[in-house]
Amino acid sequence: MSTPEAAARIVGSQPLKDRVQGQLFRFALLFSLAIGILSLLTLLIQVGVKGGPRFGADILNSFPSGNPDTAGARSAIFGTIWVISIVALVTIPIGIGAAIYLEEYANRERWWNRLIELNIQNLAAVPSIVYGILGLAFLVRGFADLGQTVLAGALTLSLLVMPVVIISAREAIRAVPDSIRQGSLALGATQWQTIRRQILPGAIPGMATGSILALSRAIGEAAPLVLLGALTFITFNPESLNSAFTVLPIQIFNWISRPQEEFKILAAAAILVLLIILLAMNAGAIYLRNRYQRKW
Amino acid sequence: MTDEAPKQHERDAERAVDPMATGRDPKAELRLGASGGEAQETRDAERGHVFELENVTVRYAGVPAVRDISFKVYENEITALIGPSGCGKSTLLRCLNRMNDLVATATVEGRVIYHDQDLYAGDIDPVQVRKLIGMVFQKPNPFPKSIYDNIAYGPRVLGMTGDMDQIVERALRQAALWDEAKDRLKSNAYGMSGGQQQRLCIARALATGPDVILMDEPCSALDPISTGKIEDLMLELRKNYSIVIVTHNMQQAARVSDMTAFFTVELDEDLKHRTGKVVEYDETEKIFTNPGDERTEAYVTGKVG
Amino acid sequence: MSATEASAVSTSAPRRLETARPRYGELLIQGLLAVCALVSVATTVGIVIALLEPTIEFFGDVSLKEFFTTKEWSPLFSPPSFGVLPLVTATLTITFWALLVCIPFGLGAAIYLSEYAQPRTRSVLKPVLEVLAGIPTVVYGFFALTFVTPILQDIWFVGEKPQVFNAISAGLVMGIMILPTVASLAEDAMAAVPQDLRAGAFALGGTKFQVSTRVVVPAALSGIVAGFVLGISRAIGETMIVLIAAGGTPNLSFNPSEAMQTMTAFIAAAGIGDQPTGSVGYKTIFAVGSTLFVMTLVMNMVSIRLVRKYREVYE
Repeated sequence: MSTPEAAARIVGSQPLKDRVQGQLFRFALLFSLAIGILSLLTLLIQVGVKGGPRFGADILNSFPSGNPDTAGARSAIFGTIWVISIVALVTIPIGIGAAIYLEEYANRERWWNRLIELNIQNLAAVPSIVYGILGLAFLVRGFADLGQTVLAGALTLSLLVMPVVIISAREAIRAVPDSIRQGSLALGATQWQTIRRQILPGAIPGMATGSILALSRAIGEAAPLVLLGALTFITFNPESLNSAFTVLPIQIFNWISRPQEEFKILAAAAILVLLIILLAMNAGAIYLRNRYQRKW
Repeated sequence: MTDEAPKQHERDAERAVDPMATGRDPKAELRLGASGGEAQETRDAERGHVFELENVTVRYAGVPAVRDISFKVYENEITALIGPSGCGKSTLLRCLNRMNDLVATATVEGRVIYHDQDLYAGDIDPVQVRKLIGMVFQKPNPFPKSIYDNIAYGPRVLGMTGDMDQIVERALRQAALWDEAKDRLKSNAYGMSGGQQQRLCIARALATGPDVILMDEPCSALDPISTGKIEDLMLELRKNYSIVIVTHNMQQAARVSDMTAFFTVELDEDLKHRTGKVVEYDETEKIFTNPGDERTEAYVTGKVG
Repeated sequence: MSATEASAVSTSAPRRLETARPRYGELLIQGLLAVCALVSVATTVGIVIALLEPTIEFFGDVSLKEFFTTKEWSPLFSPPSFGVLPLVTATLTITFWALLVCIPFGLGAAIYLSEYAQPRTRSVLKPVLEVLAGIPTVVYGFFALTFVTPILQDIWFVGEKPQVFNAISAGLVMGIMILPTVASLAEDAMAAVPQDLRAGAFALGGTKFQVSTRVVVPAALSGIVAGFVLGISRAIGETMIVLIAAGGTPNLSFNPSEAMQTMTAFIAAAGIGDQPTGSVGYKTIFAVGSTLFVMTLVMNMVSIRLVRKYREVYE
């Protein structure tokens, strides 16, 4: 845009070319957004149409079997509950602890603290299958030698979603204004007193939101567990940390991989179960965020 | 304060014979050190001091923010730190209660003597320092809790024993907030007006039983009426506490303070870093009516901002 | 000074500064928190060690030259062939199709959300995108295999119809999966562009289109590119979609209608095969894993750098 042209444009009404260009651009942007939203809707409808008729109590009550008409996902649902409970117990305290360390204690002038930060940012983007390799090499076999158990799977997923918990918890801590921190310290509170009595209460809604989203990612994750050998045919619920197990996404993958159409329908029904759980968690997280979002 | 009036009189008398008032020397870096001038000597004899700063230099990541500051802060007086923005007033204030310890790159050279103890001696506990030397910030920063819990927070974290209700009431009364707050002690402090919030922050600082209160532009976010209330409160608190206040508002310094330190900014050779230093430290009245340094005069008369 | 009632507080206060006593509890807590942070370091170290040792062993058996130049990948056949190229080309082919979807539409969605949408519209649309980002990849795989592929087979008009397992279906669906990531990073970057810059451009008579495309997007470019790069990294590392929809046959081809096996899909498939520890089959998992890890590591570092760049400028 040359200057005289621009000057001319300021005074006259908007030229037709600009208006058309503007409208086309706006339309293109809306179309971009629509691609995402329509894909989501199509996906949900397709899964619903395909799996809906098969969706029912026996998905929850029956164990997997070779007969698609009677098979269910009971052992996978219980496996998911076991695995996710352990992931929550492991990853939330450690992740929040790491976040507190990085935000409140770490001196950013020190190279090792900057390295830890960089490391976490990178870990958040490491492909999930690589975590599977880590679990395979150290947890299932090798060092820890846990075998293909609930514990090995849960620990692998814990490491996988830990960066998500840390990053969201750090954001939640950062949202607590520095003036609160300073006010507390200026009254003679120690650093930990300040964290426990001022920072954490203010950051908990944000931490909870981030933790729920991290757990929902762990629930849907299949790739690392495939590598750990969770793909075996399991017709019983886990009874301890050392039980063999399967989880919903793995069961779904198993059914998708079979040639018969009946199993694909079964997979769609199990996907419905998975999506209902995840959408509920997402809704919970969004609700928490909106409900407790503090205006400082 | 029954002896306030005669003392004021004495000060005026001293001023008349103050050698500083005559024979200005524009090159003088610092008109009054801890030992300079009769006024100071008289004052030293009369009053104890809470702080004695000796060649204090504060650096952030090696770059000096204030350099070579030396003066005394007297007991039961209000000491104002004034000067253009970026001159390091707040930085200096924050090193009086070791809040600068929280900035990883900050270093303090020289000595800050609190009564007769070196504030920066290796064995001094910064947390204890902040208990005795309270601080009020630029923007009111009440905690997102009830009024009561805001006041009780300090005593609680310090493990103070005693009747908490009484501690809260006394602090609120001292901050002239009791009448406004007594019926809503359990309601959230965020429901108060800005001026009330700032007085709550003062009350909060008083509740830990401090000796000195540092105020970092306490009225900059407030309207004139609230500002007036805070100023009245400061004059009242002076009876029992020593106050150091950083302010941009020169009228405020003139209205409330007994002593004033005037800061300027200097650029270093490559014009990159700004370092603050004290040009003149004297009785407030003298700083505003008969400053010893032309830079002070230019500032207080509004020629430069 | 007259001792008023209130002065009891200050005069009774001890003026002696207490000497520091070590707060063991505080130190213990700080130590524990530091240990939590070190878990992440241990994770990275663990990944590197886990990959490195078997990879080195693998390259004791198979030369680097063979690994990177041979055009056939059949490590479990006899005689085995260890050319990783078909896996790499498959990864790149599918990534290409994913980027074709997620880069333009992700950027478009970001511009709309940042520059055009009303706050209320935004508050509805952003959660929708978050839900899209939260759909498990196994579900996307199912969608690609049972919905997108049949449609592509119906509407295909050039050359041979896509096979049941094919690259394009997996790639396009993967693009949808990554779209929210790209959009979210790009939108963050555009939100960080100072309002003054827009106001200045509008004051010169710029239209909304001109301001968006010639001022905001260039100003946010490093953040937008960071989103693209992270998108590429995610596409390269995605497993389940390609495992389900792109097939399991190593295939040195760029033809999107053919089945092909990516690096990730090979690793997963080899894992399903439950290779005995120490066997060549077991070691290939790690050799391919290392290749994958290095590729994504480079992408991630570039992305992190770019994000820092715009943060330094505007924040």
